[in-house]
Amino acid sequence: MTAFLEIENLSASLKRQRVRMLRSVSLSVAAGEVHGLVGESGAGKSMIGKAVLGILPAALAIDEGEIRLDGEDLLAMRPADRRRAIGAKAALIPQDPLTALNPSHCIGPQITGRLVDILGWDKRKADMRARELLAEVNIDDPDRVMASYPFELSGGMRQRVLIASAFAANPKLIVADEPTTALDVTVQKQILKLIREMQARHGTAMLFVTHDLGVVSKICQRLSVLYAGKVLEQATIAEFFADPKHAYSRALLAATPKYTDPGSSLVPVDSSVTDLVAAEIEAVDEGWRLAR
Amino acid sequence: MFKVSGLDLALPDRVNRPLIGKAPEIQILKGLTFDISSGEVIGIVGGSGSGKSTLGRTLLRLYEPTAGTVSFEGRDITHLSEAELRPLRRRMQMVFQDPMSSLNPRRPIGAIIADPLALHGLDGISARVDRALDHVGLPNALRHRYPHELSGGQRQRVGIARAIAMEPDFILADEIVSGLDVSSQAQVLNLLENLVDELGLTLAFISHDLSVIRRLCSRVMVLYRGEIVELAPVEQIFDAPKAAYTRELLDAIPLPDPNQKNW
Amino acid sequence: MLEGRALTVRRSTPRLWLSASWLALISLAAIFAPLVAPHDPLAQDLFAARLPPAWAEGADPAYLLGTDSLGRDVLTRIIFGARIALTVALVAGLATAIIGSTLGLLAGYLRGWVDLVISRIVDIWLAFPPVLFAILLIAVLGTGLSSIIIAIIVIDWTRFCRVVRAEALNQSAMDYVTSAKVAGRTRLSTMWREIGPNVLPTICVLLTIEMGIAVIVEAILSFVNLSISTDAPTWGGMIAEGRTSIHQAWWVLVFPLIVLFLTVLSFSQLGEGLKDRFDPVLR
Repeated sequence: MTAFLEIENLSASLKRQRVRMLRSVSLSVAAGEVHGLVGESGAGKSMIGKAVLGILPAALAIDEGEIRLDGEDLLAMRPADRRRAIGAKAALIPQDPLTALNPSHCIGPQITGRLVDILGWDKRKADMRARELLAEVNIDDPDRVMASYPFELSGGMRQRVLIASAFAANPKLIVADEPTTALDVTVQKQILKLIREMQARHGTAMLFVTHDLGVVSKICQRLSVLYAGKVLEQATIAEFFADPKHAYSRALLAATPKYTDPGSSLVPVDSSVTDLVAAEIEAVDEGWRLAR
Repeated sequence: MFKVSGLDLALPDRVNRPLIGKAPEIQILKGLTFDISSGEVIGIVGGSGSGKSTLGRTLLRLYEPTAGTVSFEGRDITHLSEAELRPLRRRMQMVFQDPMSSLNPRRPIGAIIADPLALHGLDGISARVDRALDHVGLPNALRHRYPHELSGGQRQRVGIARAIAMEPDFILADEIVSGLDVSSQAQVLNLLENLVDELGLTLAFISHDLSVIRRLCSRVMVLYRGEIVELAPVEQIFDAPKAAYTRELLDAIPLPDPNQKNW
Repeated sequence: MLEGRALTVRRSTPRLWLSASWLALISLAAIFAPLVAPHDPLAQDLFAARLPPAWAEGADPAYLLGTDSLGRDVLTRIIFGARIALTVALVAGLATAIIGSTLGLLAGYLRGWVDLVISRIVDIWLAFPPVLFAILLIAVLGTGLSSIIIAIIVIDWTRFCRVVRAEALNQSAMDYVTSAKVAGRTRLSTMWREIGPNVLPTICVLLTIEMGIAVIVEAILSFVNLSISTDAPTWGGMIAEGRTSIHQAWWVLVFPLIVLFLTVLSFSQLGEGLKDRFDPVLR
């Protein structure tokens, strides 16, 4: 398998405060592979996804590194070319199905809009494609849903629509940013299965951002554990859950509740573990600050 | 401690309100009957729209039931007025889901904990605040900080400190760990477990996530669309669930295990 | 996060200091006007009419910013004009803020019929053209300082009312309000003690903007000769008069205009600056 997305030594920092947010992140995702980005809030997991899609907040600057999509270095391109490259090859499944849909438009145009306006598809062909996709995400009545407004649909339904919309233009890479966090567990299960199915059928490469180790174990083939913008461990799912290498990974696993095991107590992440990582990072950052 | 029978609650549906006239009502709780005994930790579980939060808030009489009765320590509180409820308020406290929204952003932590104490005319307020902060493992120096200067886990512990400072008999914890990272989640859960032991609290723990409930609760109530589908001791819920919905909820929890069945 | 929350540093921005300094200067000049002003604001001297500012050719160094067509000292009249302008700003601004905010807070927090009544009154109020409204009011009340102030209050309380109501509605939905109820706080006390501090920054910003607006309204009314007696030194009156002799004596128009501009700008900047500096919640 050749890597479809390769990130090499990606570093980013807050422009004004000179605070580093990503520290030499490297990872690669092959076509048809789902790569999990795991960490607690502030670990920079969403930031990597945003950097790939070129939607980092304006306050953040990429200091160095390469993001290669299908062999082309995105960061070396002119902004207009970059947008075109990303638009043609990548898509996003967002976290919040409520705010990700425009409340004053029907569902149909929100799926077909991008196809027609940006990719120059024929209106009828785009409509066909949207109907096809909605059926594919197990929506029984695509026509009715396409004519509905977002507020008329349930959370699970909206997330299905967003998944359909992400796959609409046949992207080679999808960034899923905590796509099930806002959903009920029972709905989460359906949506995860759906994403897995769609991804496998279309052979899409996927970056799956989540804080939930349970979710990661269900959908990913590989994962990166992040802390403070640094990759602490990269492994296949089987390796990771059998034998996590990094102390922080072990601590995270110990803190995750497991209802099947009543005797197990939840162990909060011990500060000695995070202190160690923080000290390591501080040493590297010192050099970075001096170099600037 | 609580006796609830035939509890109904309907709230006006603002979304489908007609142009003229009253909004239609949605039945949120449908004839709930149960008890909460003193010293018990009861888990209330259900998906979104199951009415679990509404039920909790009705117990504290933040909503007035449309039918049925709620009694607290033998006293019928179903239709008490706000003024009549006020003396009882000290004895039932609540910890909220989102600590950012439940802590007044423009008041320092010390005042946030002290205000309710002053309201009920308790003495030695400063010492009580100290003790509460100590109980939840926060340094005293945090008194002068504002909520936004704290981490999520710290904020949630301030919420707990505010509740226990009142020395209540009953605490309602409404999804208090769902917004937290796993590491702070574990801390808050362990803290709550210790406090229940130490202070002999009666606790209702509302959650959408069955997996955090196992260790804390002695009984679990599973709600679905405003009705109790199962109310049983915690072992039974996890090991031999009777209701299909309970089983569905359990099956849907993704364990950190790539070889979990039914996935 | 590693460094995270320690980073919130309080900035004392230049805009706060610049605007505060200018307003302090104007206020001092207004308070001590009889002591600092070089001449009598009403003294006419037709032999010294239309003298240019001190640095121009043919000027009299005794008249720093020149004189108007009646030979009155421009600087002196600006200083005495500040008295009227600042009085209007302070009294009208504060009264508008207090009345409008209280009604807005009541409407936003209590909702129900209170909101219905207040909001409808605001709607009706907003349908009147404000300038016409002011002129009508002055016509009824008669000219004079207190009439101007009353006119501003009557017209502008709705500005506070609407914004504060919206903000109070937002804040009422927060859990800390529910939490106050759980603690056993009464509704009125919750409104003052819990919601109050959270709408205060908004009120402060609005207040400073309102003070600027009050200065402008006073100037406009003076400009159309509806303010105080024609003789009295007001900035608007000076601008109106300067307009008639703009080609012969530009300074009569330009200097009061600059002072007016800087004062109004300073008021609006002061509000934002104060919020940056003193609001505990940084956005």
